[in-house]
Amino acid sequence: MNYADLFRVTLPETVLEIAVLLVLVVDLGFLRKAALNVRLAAAAALGVAGCVVSLAAVQLEGVSWLRFGAGGDGALLATGGFTSVAQSGILVLTALTLVLLFDSLFTRHIGEFVAVVLMAAAGGLLIAAAQDLLVIFIGLELLSLGLYILTAFAKSSGKSAEAAMKYYLFGGMSAAFLLFGFSYLYGLTGTTNLALIQYRMTLSGPSPLFYVAWILVVAGLGFKIAVVPFHLWAPDTYEGAPAPAAAFIASVSKVASFALLITLAMNWWLRPGGDLAADGHTLEQLLRGYYRTWPQLAIVLLVASAASMVVGNLAALAQSSVRRLLAYSAIAHVGYILLGLAAHPVFTGQGTAVAFNADSFFPELHTMGAVLFYVLTYALTTVGAFGVVAVVERSTGTDKLDSFLGLHKRNPLLAAVLLVLFLSLAGIPPLVGFWAKFNLFAAVLSLHGGAIPFSLVCLAIAMSAVSLFYYLQVLKRAYVMQPVSESRIEVHPITTLVLLAIAAAVVLVGCFPTLLGARIEGF
Amino acid sequence: MLAWTIYLSFAGALLEALLPKGKSAPARWMALAVAVAGLAIGVAGFAAGIGQGRVTLIDLPWVPAMGIHYLLAADGISRVLVLLTGLAAVAGVLFSWNIELRTNEFFAFFLALIGGVYGVFLSFDLFLLFVFYEIAIVPKYFLIAIWGSTRREYAAMKLALYSFVGSAMVLIGLLAAYAASGSQSTGLVALAHAHLPVSSQMWLFPLVFVGFGILAGMWPFHTWAPTGHVAAPTAASMLLAGVVMKLGAYGCLRVAIGLFPHGLDPWGFSIIGLASWRDVFALLAIIGIVYGALVALAQTDFKFVIGYSSVSHMGFVLLGLVTLNQIGMTGAVLQMFSHGIIAGLLFAIVGRIVYERTHTRQLAELETMHLSRRLPFASWAFVIAGIASMGLPGFSGFVAELQVLIGAWIAKPWWTLAAGVGIVVGVAYTWRALQKAFFSDTPQTAHGLEQEHAHPFAAITWPEVTGTVLLAGVSLVVGLYPRILLDTIEPAVRALLAGGGQ
Amino acid sequence: MSGLPVLTLLTLVPLIGAAIALFSGKHARGVAILTTGASVALALLIWTQLPANGSIGLVELHPWAPSLGIDYHLGVDGLGALMLVLSAIVTLMSVDAAHRVHHQPGLYFALVLTLEAGLFGSFTALNFFHWFLFWELSLIPAFFLIKLWGGARRGPAATQFFVYTMAGSVALLIAFLAVFVATHSMDFAQLTALASTGALEQLVTAHLGPVMPWLAIGVLAGFAVKVPIFPFHTWLPAAYSEAPSPVTMLLTGAMSKMGVYGLLRIALPLFGPQIAAMRTPLLVLAVATVVMGAWASAAQKDLKRVFAYSSINHLGYCLLGIFAIAVPMNAWDTAQAASQAAALNGVILQMFNHGITAAALFWFVALLQQRTGGHRGIDDFGGLRKPAPVFAGLMGIALFSSLGLPGLNGFVGEFLIFRGVFSLSWIASTVSILGLLVTAAVILTVIQKVFAGPLPAHCEGFPDLHTGERLALAPVIALMLLIGLLPQLIVNSVNPTVQYLLAHWRF
Repeated sequence: MNYADLFRVTLPETVLEIAVLLVLVVDLGFLRKAALNVRLAAAAALGVAGCVVSLAAVQLEGVSWLRFGAGGDGALLATGGFTSVAQSGILVLTALTLVLLFDSLFTRHIGEFVAVVLMAAAGGLLIAAAQDLLVIFIGLELLSLGLYILTAFAKSSGKSAEAAMKYYLFGGMSAAFLLFGFSYLYGLTGTTNLALIQYRMTLSGPSPLFYVAWILVVAGLGFKIAVVPFHLWAPDTYEGAPAPAAAFIASVSKVASFALLITLAMNWWLRPGGDLAADGHTLEQLLRGYYRTWPQLAIVLLVASAASMVVGNLAALAQSSVRRLLAYSAIAHVGYILLGLAAHPVFTGQGTAVAFNADSFFPELHTMGAVLFYVLTYALTTVGAFGVVAVVERSTGTDKLDSFLGLHKRNPLLAAVLLVLFLSLAGIPPLVGFWAKFNLFAAVLSLHGGAIPFSLVCLAIAMSAVSLFYYLQVLKRAYVMQPVSESRIEVHPITTLVLLAIAAAVVLVGCFPTLLGARIEGF
Repeated sequence: MLAWTIYLSFAGALLEALLPKGKSAPARWMALAVAVAGLAIGVAGFAAGIGQGRVTLIDLPWVPAMGIHYLLAADGISRVLVLLTGLAAVAGVLFSWNIELRTNEFFAFFLALIGGVYGVFLSFDLFLLFVFYEIAIVPKYFLIAIWGSTRREYAAMKLALYSFVGSAMVLIGLLAAYAASGSQSTGLVALAHAHLPVSSQMWLFPLVFVGFGILAGMWPFHTWAPTGHVAAPTAASMLLAGVVMKLGAYGCLRVAIGLFPHGLDPWGFSIIGLASWRDVFALLAIIGIVYGALVALAQTDFKFVIGYSSVSHMGFVLLGLVTLNQIGMTGAVLQMFSHGIIAGLLFAIVGRIVYERTHTRQLAELETMHLSRRLPFASWAFVIAGIASMGLPGFSGFVAELQVLIGAWIAKPWWTLAAGVGIVVGVAYTWRALQKAFFSDTPQTAHGLEQEHAHPFAAITWPEVTGTVLLAGVSLVVGLYPRILLDTIEPAVRALLAGGGQ
Repeated sequence: MSGLPVLTLLTLVPLIGAAIALFSGKHARGVAILTTGASVALALLIWTQLPANGSIGLVELHPWAPSLGIDYHLGVDGLGALMLVLSAIVTLMSVDAAHRVHHQPGLYFALVLTLEAGLFGSFTALNFFHWFLFWELSLIPAFFLIKLWGGARRGPAATQFFVYTMAGSVALLIAFLAVFVATHSMDFAQLTALASTGALEQLVTAHLGPVMPWLAIGVLAGFAVKVPIFPFHTWLPAAYSEAPSPVTMLLTGAMSKMGVYGLLRIALPLFGPQIAAMRTPLLVLAVATVVMGAWASAAQKDLKRVFAYSSINHLGYCLLGIFAIAVPMNAWDTAQAASQAAALNGVILQMFNHGITAAALFWFVALLQQRTGGHRGIDDFGGLRKPAPVFAGLMGIALFSSLGLPGLNGFVGEFLIFRGVFSLSWIASTVSILGLLVTAAVILTVIQKVFAGPLPAHCEGFPDLHTGERLALAPVIALMLLIGLLPQLIVNSVNPTVQYLLAHWRF
């Protein structure tokens, strides 16, 4: 490995860092005395520009791995394939989040805000590309620390500070757990590379310490994605953080975390990988060892998935604040997505059949594609949803359900966007949310994993039906019930444009899912 | 060409949403134009399809990786139901002529619902069918929640959730069938030919049948229907009872019976006399017929009588479907058409013609209003609608019920007897409602006479007359000359029985 | 003549008349009289065109819905044609009697004409679908005629009439559908042919098991309500007395014959063996109808109710004849065959004669009501033969005909029935004589109370029949005399049909 390679592989992150510096210089240097909205526009524009350039950089990369040392020791970072899809998603979502900054009043420190957002995004990009435990941790911390800061940014709001505090404490603890788990894994295998870990653990067979390590890792990662039982920070954070920050947390950090989980899945429990032909061990021995050790990891995820689906949906039913409703619904959606990661043919014992060959494991790739599709489209929808909530909040001062009363009269476009986005979250065709769910469940079932994944799919569909109720509560207020005030809600034209674009994308990709699906299938 | 019914309806819905608020007239006329266009296309398609079997309208790959196609096709059953939808749409628009509140949004949701319904009837890809089926749920919610009456928000939510749960069950069935057949294709014909193992069909069939049956008002999942029909505004009730419930029955036929025919085979053992899913659902259908009729007999709200009568009549449809013979299933499809027209007419009279003028639906209050004198058009229209609903010969309901009864005789004689009881109770509740509401004998008081002169009823408007004549006329024509529809339905049913989704 | 669809025309004429009458307001009665007059002419024309061998003639046959066995199949034999003539005459009488319809006359006469069309339709139908259509649809105008123009308690009466009959109809429908399932035919002619060889029962048993007796009961239930057969008669007195008298004329004169006609056209031909098996209980019911009808009429104080129960009694004789016929026939037992022929001839004649007579009686009651401001109790009148001798005379003839005096038409039918039934079931005929006796007593009481005795105050100045009324009533009374003296006018055309039917029925 040489530094040229390093630069090439980390070009997207580098571009973002340069953008950070630019934003800070421009905002704190040149525009010191300018009006707030000018600074806002400048910072947001620079930030978006940075994302665009970074996006171009991502596209230019082919599939490659960055390795440390000469041969044998495994990769640090990967590029191309699904990594680039995830990274592109992260960058687009970051750009959209930055656009939500328009008209927001929560802070005067625009430059710093944008800078932290971009840095956190860089962290997200790193996570998506990571192939090594330490790189994962670095990226995760970069992302998380940025998110803690973003949550606290509304200095005048007590809620913001409280949320950030909770988030930080909780997050700090889970990071500690994660690192501890990583350290065990290193201790057991002597390497921090994901593929090599799998190979060496397969050879040595399972041990209790290994499962302890895995639980710790799940705790750490589970916190990031807000899965039950590590979800308690989510409602408060979604509620307290300023709107763009909440949108960022809800979208980008989820995409990054799930990209990471996909990497873990593909390296550890979904495919026996590593160097199978080395060391004189036969293929059969390796695969037997694999089956004794790795697929069982998914069981923990299955339990977490089921719990999240149930808790998320049921708790959302009782919410009166739309932000908290979105938080709990996020937990529920995470439950659905985890199902895709956790389903494995081993649960019917099919995987232990004698006919081992590499081809029989390819269906999992389709499941990963479905997972990625779901995360990306969910994140997009969430950004839009937070955008609408932010606008309504600014006009009415609160995000309670009743502040949406009569929205169709006060701003029909906004109400229409709300309709599209919430129905998509509920899973109503022909919107993209439906396709994402269908695709995911079809992929899970096609694995023929037996009764357990099937019952979970049934549970997921049932819980989706429950979710329609609370999404309709919001829509009911927007469309059906009598308004309290009929004054027009003003929206910045750029925000309107962006929200409309998101809604249009939701409809378009919902009707023609191959638009996005083809790109994802490419890996 | 039939596919244009879908596109026109959705385009109409979009245009309606974009119309300026505050002016009702353009919204109404546009809606009428779209509905009439849809009906015209439906009639043309029906005529063009006479003698043809299944005709594929359009087949485009949609998600090739999963074998999902945008596949629209029409066989005899589809054409008849498309015709029904067209008639119900036109009548619905006519009977909503007086809506002033948010008119353009009303017709936007209305046309979107119609478009979804057209889509279901014309889809021959199971995924596409499901998409259209779900698309139809949301407009229903808003139509009832915004423009409805008694307990509308509760009724709308109940209806939406029941429908969604039903469709969730269908989704599970769809996913399972798709996976079990090798994840090759979601086309109805392909899945029917996939020959899923009997053990899978044994649990897939009841799942999907109940899923669709919820929307068809199958007992005991019918409770959304009376509440929903009563709460909905007239046009929505007409559509709900007339067409949307038929979506459920259509799904039972096309998907459940078409794809999982072996699910109806005997189990090999019997519990309390039931030896197969066929027996179970026949029993539920019969309970629906009789229970619906008995409960209708006890109602004090006019619209509830009609609502429960819908449950009872849909019981006939479901019974006809599970007879699994040519004549019974033909009767079921004909009953779908017939009841769609008749229920539409009944709700139109009760909701639009009577309620808008008297502002009450309580039979006890209507008894004092001497409607046979003050609203002769409504009274006689209800006589005709009531006769048709009772299944008196000369109207479409008789031929349909005749066939279902014959089918029941062939399948299991005791089904016929039970259904006969339902018919007799049907006569009773219809006649009771007719008497109480229109032809009551309560004497006229002087005070009452004064009130009548002081507050005369609004005259009957041309849309009301047109709508009534349209619906009653169609029922009469089909009743007197059933071949007009039977010639199209029978070959399609024969094909379906022969090999599922041919 | 042969190409013209006369039977369709016959049914269409009153429907067209109804449509015109609906919008004619005050002139509706005139339209109705014209229409019914034309119908009478057409019916008589049809009567003259019957085939000589008693089989079904003037056939019109078009496929209608072959998959359901439904054809547009019309035709008449002697029985059917006689019923057509009866319906036409009775309707004309009813329209004549209704010259003071204040309230919505257009609707009234439209309903009457629609009812006439229903009668024509059901008497000419040879396919179950067609027949059932008119059977059920005729209930609607009848219901509304009672409901909208009837007396004080018309609501319950009309409803009971409607719902009761519909219930019976549903049983009939279900039973018939079973027959369809077995034979794929709804055609009366085809089914009769199948039944006469015993193939019908075999087919039904092969397809559905041993359900034939149940089907017979179902079919009988439908007719039991309509005729009516004791104890399913409870709707009749209320309906007849609450309906306006002209409507009652229709109900008793023609509609009640639909039930008997149905027994002759459907029940006996198709379910002969089953009816023969149940002969004894059925005869008991018939006798009960006869006796109960007479006895109950004796207890009534309202003239309309007197005649209503008396109608039940007279129709009971038809039932007696019908059920008595149902004995297994031997080709060489000519005496039995002769008795059956006599009974059947009597039944058919009784249908016609009772129709005319009962309609005339209710017409007279209507006149009594009009002239005394609504009175119709048997005690409300007295000594009317003094102020209104013509009235008394004509009504007297009608009453004696109802009693069964020889020389009048009422006698002929009853005589033939008793003659036939006596050798087929002497117990039944003997007990039924009670009915005759009681009826005689009732009629004589009526005559005595209405025409003889002191004239009450409110009957002073009771106007006699004026010319118009005399012209209207005279033909009817003349008909009674004519048929009483020359029954062969009818029998000559009916007997071939009777022989034909008996030859094709199998018990």
